[in-house]
Amino acid sequence: MSESDTPMIEVRNLIKSFGSKHALRGVSLRVMPGESLVIFGPNGAGKSTLVRILSSLSRPTGGTVRIGGLDLARHADGIRRYLGVVSHAPLLYDSLTAEENLSFFAGLYGMQKPEERIKAMLQRVGLYGRRGDLVRTFSRGMVQRLAIARALLHDPEVLLLDEPDTGLDPQAAEMLHGLLSELSGRAAQAPSGSPAGAAIERPRTIVTVTHSIERGLAIADRIAILVNGRVAHDAPVGGMTAAEFRPRYDECCARPRGGGGR
Amino acid sequence: MNFWKAVFAIIRKDIRAELRTKDIFSSMFVFALLAVIVFNFSFELRVPDMKMVVPGIVWVAVTFAGTLGLNRAFVIEQDKGSLAGLLLAPVDRAAIYFGKMLGNLVFIFIVEIILLPLVMIFFNLSLLTWQHLLALFLGTYGFAAVGTVFSAIAVNTRAREVMLPILLFPVLLPVLVAGVKLTGALLDGEPLSELLNWIQLIVVYDLGFTVVAYLTFGFVVEE
Repeated sequence: MSESDTPMIEVRNLIKSFGSKHALRGVSLRVMPGESLVIFGPNGAGKSTLVRILSSLSRPTGGTVRIGGLDLARHADGIRRYLGVVSHAPLLYDSLTAEENLSFFAGLYGMQKPEERIKAMLQRVGLYGRRGDLVRTFSRGMVQRLAIARALLHDPEVLLLDEPDTGLDPQAAEMLHGLLSELSGRAAQAPSGSPAGAAIERPRTIVTVTHSIERGLAIADRIAILVNGRVAHDAPVGGMTAAEFRPRYDECCARPRGGGGR
Repeated sequence: MNFWKAVFAIIRKDIRAELRTKDIFSSMFVFALLAVIVFNFSFELRVPDMKMVVPGIVWVAVTFAGTLGLNRAFVIEQDKGSLAGLLLAPVDRAAIYFGKMLGNLVFIFIVEIILLPLVMIFFNLSLLTWQHLLALFLGTYGFAAVGTVFSAIAVNTRAREVMLPILLFPVLLPVLVAGVKLTGALLDGEPLSELLNWIQLIVVYDLGFTVVAYLTFGFVVEE
């Protein structure tokens, strides 16, 4: 999608306001191709808003977003092909089966003969045996697993994950963690039924929003802390442990908010 | 993905889901049927000629039942975040609009096709002619074209069930008036060739609002 020395995601001075409420107040970030950025921050810091803007679901009030070197405001339709998004909401249809959901989205992404890929993804998230069941009969964790399969179905270059382990039981969270490790190029060897052979060949660019410091650090190349709509910390992980990171996180969250906005 | 492939994929998905749940169809049909029954009992004893009131009854039943269907169509998309799933796909926003609009049109038109024979039985009038169906189709298209955009707006508001009719009905007036006039004139036996003004009005309305919706739907569904 882009040259390797160009950032895959470049956010400059991003502002998002909802009336008088300022969700983002000048966020700037760069994520290089194949890099995994994990964003931490307290509730209401603007993390989900940032992911919604990056995924083209929300228009920024100010600032620019470039993905793969292209301006998101002008090339959103083209850029969406390269994005896989997992959010709090499952983005699935209750009245369709797991297989029908994936088949529908495969069609929208223009995938030719997606049957094998759908089968592989359902196997990977452990839902192949339930492929013919309506999504409304699934537990929250199963729905989230299917949502992950939907996001990875078209083998996207960029993954945007907003608290992807919401509702997952420890086993499913482990599965997701393994999947993300594979996609970020950390896993030594791909298990059978891997989301895609190609996924292991080239690490994906991943932006993850999470509250779980341990899990976040395990998949991060870089970490950012968003507080009150601003980037309070942005640096490579550099082998930092959760115990070392936690005081820094607490310090960022405790800093005075500064002027402007609410 | 090809524009029309995306449109038909969305229509197929909506029809498949509706065949399973019958959520939209059953609520629309029951409401339309009840409206016709209530009007039948209300007017039967005091109106000398049912041709005077049947056009209004048909269009009121269709409008309210259709509004109910439009509300349901987007609530289903919004509640599970599936509309966001659609918006994340690399398809033109306008394709999503046409998919949802044509799906709504199919559901409303099917309700009308089933409702018309019942209206004929209740009021002893003939409505199942191609002229009546044409008038109904053109009016329903306008209703679906405008209603789909407004239901996408209303679904994000707090009082969405109330908000949709408040936003929609004033804009719908031209097509409603033309639809009632057309149905009434056809019941009076006037030939279609003498009703071209009303047909032209509905066609211009349909085309105009299709273009407006095509251009604006992307802004409507994004934050």
